Amino acid sequence: MIVRILGEGQFEVADSELDRLNELDAAVEAEVDRGNAEAFAAKLTELLDGVRAVGAPLADDSLEDSDLILPPGDATLEEVREMLADDGLIPG
Amino acid sequence: MSMMKRISLIFRAKANKALDRAEDPRETLDYSYQRQVEMLAKVRRGVADVATSRKRVELQLNQLQSQSDKLTQQAQKALGMGREDLAREALTRKSAIQAQANDLTAQHAQLQGEEEKLTLASQRLQAKVEAFRTRKETIKATYTAAEAQTRINEAFSGISEEMGDVGMAIQRAEDKTQQMQARAGAIDELIASGALDDASAINAGDDITRELESMSSQSDVEAELAALKGATTAPALDSAEPPAVEAGEAETTAAPVESGKEQQS
Repeated sequence: MIVRILGEGQFEVADSELDRLNELDAAVEAEVDRGNAEAFAAKLTELLDGVRAVGAPLADDSLEDSDLILPPGDATLEEVREMLADDGLIPG
Repeated sequence: MSMMKRISLIFRAKANKALDRAEDPRETLDYSYQRQVEMLAKVRRGVADVATSRKRVELQLNQLQSQSDKLTQQAQKALGMGREDLAREALTRKSAIQAQANDLTAQHAQLQGEEEKLTLASQRLQAKVEAFRTRKETIKATYTAAEAQTRINEAFSGISEEMGDVGMAIQRAEDKTQQMQARAGAIDELIASGALDDASAINAGDDITRELESMSSQSDVEAELAALKGATTAPALDSAEPPAVEAGEAETTAAPVESGKEQQS
């Protein structure tokens, strides 16, 4: 599956790695809910490092859709909250 | 896949919404390509803007560094003259300048990071725009409008995601650069108003330099005076005249008494 880190690019990640990334993702989300900016930044870094470690960068000229999109590495807690709150665009 | 999934959905919905579709999907291809080229130009301008800000910060850092160096020299000079108070003042100013410099150094690193990111983003986008252009021509040449639709959707989804990503990256870089420009402007004003400059103007304009100079000219005078006295007091001993030193009356009054005793014995 293809994962995009915003501001950084796309990575091809094997499906077998998803469980581990899901764990890291849940940890980030928990910190978003808790509202601890420092812990959030640390967990986000862990998640993105995880993607970079197991993923292979996609060629620049590929025109493929990503299955998952992650916030940029320097995103603040507020920015991610905004991204998540912007659900007026999702139909249904 | 909660957070990742949610962001993906929202992001994709946004990117798709940004696409204006024409009646004939093949026209949409041309229109989209045009927008991609515009976005590419925008990213390149963004890179140039960030580079300009970075250079400005570099210039300011150099100015602060030379001021800081000068204050160090002043402190050394003042200490050499036994003026600890003046040395302390110079070092106090230096630490204020150093704080500004540290702030600027952090900003500089951030700008460098943004510049790097945008440069890579522009390379990625350029490669994708190229790929899109090739695919666009193939689709237009090979397929009827109806047939083209699926192929177009495939090509679109990839590029529109990239466009959304790059658009966001540009926006973030602009926001950051603007914040820094405001602070850089404040430092420029400080330098221009003389608040920082005062502490170490290039041409001896500041108070510490003035005081150090007046001290060194004073000590020059003292040294010459002492030298002159040395030249005049040496022969004065021969003529038995008491030297008019300001060292204290006790000594000058005591001396004749002693010499008087010697003469008596």
